[in-house]
Amino acid sequence: MTAAALLLTWSVLLAQLFLGLAMAFAAFRVLWGPRAQDRVLALDTLYVNGMMLLLTFGIRTGTTLYFEAALVIALLGFVSTSALAKFLMRGEVIE
Amino acid sequence: MTQAVAADLPIWAALPVALLLLLGAGLALTGTLGLLRLGSFYERVHAPTLGTTLGIGCVLIASMLYFSVLQTRPVLHEVLIAVFMTVTTPVTLMLLARAALYRDRREGNDQVPPPPPPPRGGQEEGPDGTTEEMAAMDRAELAERR
Repeated sequence: MTAAALLLTWSVLLAQLFLGLAMAFAAFRVLWGPRAQDRVLALDTLYVNGMMLLLTFGIRTGTTLYFEAALVIALLGFVSTSALAKFLMRGEVIE
Repeated sequence: MTQAVAADLPIWAALPVALLLLLGAGLALTGTLGLLRLGSFYERVHAPTLGTTLGIGCVLIASMLYFSVLQTRPVLHEVLIAVFMTVTTPVTLMLLARAALYRDRREGNDQVPPPPPPPRGGQEEGPDGTTEEMAAMDRAELAERR
């Protein structure tokens, strides 16, 4: 294995560890967030971190398939977060 | 153990890809740590934007560079995600902050500023409030507060 491949392998691994740790923090905030808006914000962060993790998986395997999954996650993250924010506002109006 | 990266890159490409990846992942980790550690919701809403803007930008540039060198042609898919994130993140976070403010005000939480006073009844608002009318109303409100 050449030096470049070694460098790339280890830095991708380290980046994946960072992103996994970040996803664990966000999951902690989803589970223990004191209020609903904290949970929604943490879920949005979890989506973004998961998207970055998919991109690093794409770099590790060298296929562009993971890119499509990342794009889908970006779209779904936007839709779900804005829908949940709307619900937080409107759900109490109806109450 | 670590699975080897698919292809060999020249060192001049591998080095910036590795650095950008580490920088992006580190920024995302820092932002999420802020989400975990900061005190109130209005402080926490700022923290993850670090990872959402600069972190994802660094990772996307790394991915673009990697695939462009790997396939020896410019690969620009990632611009799609970058544009999309840049456009949508402020919208979602503004909606979320607004919902949180609404909920806090409704519960009578004294940590948030009170709602702005309603506009005076004398001002005519058209059936479809155009932006000029809204701007004029804002100016009138500001003059009133002074």
